[in-house]
Amino acid sequence: MPTTRTSEDRIWEALATVKDPELPLTVMDLGLIDEVQVTGGRVHVRMTPTYSACPAIDVMRQDIRTKLLNLPGVEEVQVELSFAEPWTMARMTERGRARLLEHGLSVPSRQSAEAVTCPFCGSTNTALENPFGPTLCRAIYYCRDCHNPIERFKPPLE
Amino acid sequence: MSLSTATFQPQVRDALAAYLIAVADDELIIGHRHSEWTGFAPDIESDVALSSIAQEEIGHARLFYERACDLTGGDADHVAFGRASAEFRNAVLTERPNGDWGYSMVRLFLYDRADHVRLDVLASGALRPLADLASTVRREEKYHLMFGEQWLRRLASATEASRGRMQQALDRAWPEALGMFDPVPGQEELDADIVPVPLAEQLLQWRLGVIGVLESVGLRLPAGKAEWTRGRIGRHSDDLGTLLDEMTSVWRSDPLAKW
Repeated sequence: MPTTRTSEDRIWEALATVKDPELPLTVMDLGLIDEVQVTGGRVHVRMTPTYSACPAIDVMRQDIRTKLLNLPGVEEVQVELSFAEPWTMARMTERGRARLLEHGLSVPSRQSAEAVTCPFCGSTNTALENPFGPTLCRAIYYCRDCHNPIERFKPPLE
Repeated sequence: MSLSTATFQPQVRDALAAYLIAVADDELIIGHRHSEWTGFAPDIESDVALSSIAQEEIGHARLFYERACDLTGGDADHVAFGRASAEFRNAVLTERPNGDWGYSMVRLFLYDRADHVRLDVLASGALRPLADLASTVRREEKYHLMFGEQWLRRLASATEASRGRMQQALDRAWPEALGMFDPVPGQEELDADIVPVPLAEQLLQWRLGVIGVLESVGLRLPAGKAEWTRGRIGRHSDDLGTLLDEMTSVWRSDPLAKW
């Protein structure tokens, strides 16, 4: 009898490969996963989405299920959405921030509100064009110095 | 965050499910109306904004349908797309065609303010999963409140013509906005710790808030006694039937399909 109790490490490693389909980030970069509980072959994952109406949630939940079910010893996977604690920028890892910046987005700091920096020229001479953008988590700004439109990652309001 | 583990008296459970479906129906139907502006709004920013607001309302509708299904069984898609007009519990305000941009903005302003009062109340309730969901939704929809109020102020204080159109829109929307605070059947069974503020008091809070803004831009409440169709008990205008025909046409073509 093989004693294949799923190691939590392998579960976390698998979670680190689950990507957000709308951003170049994994669920770990975003800090979406609150908790993993393993009971025998059953895995329960608790996840806090950035926006509750985000259409990417289903894709990520399904991907988590598929990836964890591929691990030896895992027979059942439940991914529960939690709204007990709000998602904030503090949950995003530094790697996550760096990836968004690399992707050409302007990204708020993890701690506090500050001037919006243009990702192209670094200027803070920027203006809000539209608090709504191509996804629920992006707003549109304009750089008055290099005259580029800017997509900024928009965390939910506190 | 499921409600299925909580235990309720059957009449409380049914009343809560009916209430959650009314909330979800409001969100779904207004979300669908907003989505009709996609590609047609007066400028690109508003087009993106209303598409985004629509997406959010419909996503929130789904979460409330799921909580109702926790209590009664069933499937959120089926509840959203598989019912006849008379089974919907949305306020008639939400089902009216968009009309002009002025009416759409007046309605959005009145609706989101009413929804905000309702979410405040649910967020202060004792049923934890529901309170958590309500406070999340409330936080996300703050952007809707800002959008509605900015447009209302801009149009009501621009020109004689635009103010006139906004007054007409308000005259039409106001009575039906009051219908947001009608009870669903069985509402009296809902424990005060789940919905801690009675509807009459919610209505007063909402009135105070919106009247402050309306008066500050010179809009007047319509005179006379307000009459409206009771969407919360399944009475609707033909507009809902037309909307449902279109909204559910793909789903009805194969109700068992997995999307």
